[in-house]
Amino acid sequence: MGNGTSIGRVRGLGSAKSGAHHWLLQRFTAIGNLLLVLWLVVSILMLPNLHYASVIEWIVKPVPATAMALLVISTFWHARLGLQVVVEDYVHEHANKFACIAALNLAAFGGAAFGVFCIIRLALGAHA
Amino acid sequence: MGGVRVADGKGIRKSMAEAGTKKNRPLSPHLQIWRWGPHMLVSILHRVSGSGLAFAGLGLLLWWLGALASGPAAYESFAGWVWADLGTLDWSGTGILTGLVKLILKIVVVGISWSFFTHMSSGLRHFVLDIGAGFELGVNRLGSILAPVAGILLTVAFWAILLLR
Repeated sequence: MGNGTSIGRVRGLGSAKSGAHHWLLQRFTAIGNLLLVLWLVVSILMLPNLHYASVIEWIVKPVPATAMALLVISTFWHARLGLQVVVEDYVHEHANKFACIAALNLAAFGGAAFGVFCIIRLALGAHA
Repeated sequence: MGGVRVADGKGIRKSMAEAGTKKNRPLSPHLQIWRWGPHMLVSILHRVSGSGLAFAGLGLLLWWLGALASGPAAYESFAGWVWADLGTLDWSGTGILTGLVKLILKIVVVGISWSFFTHMSSGLRHFVLDIGAGFELGVNRLGSILAPVAGILLTVAFWAILLLR
């Protein structure tokens, strides 16, 4: 912590230590989620039914598959950022906070990787 | 809503307001003396619905994608758990437990849809506040009331279209 300028006296304080970049990414991914999840909602409503054959016929096409992969990335990224703030707000002990955020990173990256892998597998034809 | 909050009937709050030299002074936020307002509701709803979506919503999304990628049998099993045909449930022996889980999963699925529409509505409110608009007391209060109401209406509309088509 600096002791000269006013910005130097406040930099690195607070439960999160920094935040402008995090805040902006939360908004960018929110815009992505808004478009992509609304697309998913409308797509689900426009499918004739939600049986295996109907969903497969739709999701294996290039545009839906791409949009679904982007949806997985955007929502997991946004959830990771949002839950990080929840952890910073409620977990006060430094080591516990670090452990929670480490676990959160593993879960977010693992979950997103699994989702994207499933979509690629479907889009490349590995289905009945 | 005017620009100044007037202390109402409660004794402590009234004495706080009258402690100053002028009457009708705005009350400072206080840790113990407060009441629910729509702004607090929309704020905590945003966090609750967001956390719910992160755990249950993304979990359901992965279960759905994983079942699709695993083939028709896995998808049948997924659909049978998440959106069971209530008429076919067997309410005897271990069927009671499975039936209860399937009922709860239906509530969870509807809850996820409500969480999404509520989080989206309050998120759109955040975008308005982020550009520096909507901080006038009346406008802000109205937005705080409209966001959760819109969330419920959109949820009802979604399920009405999905189930009645």
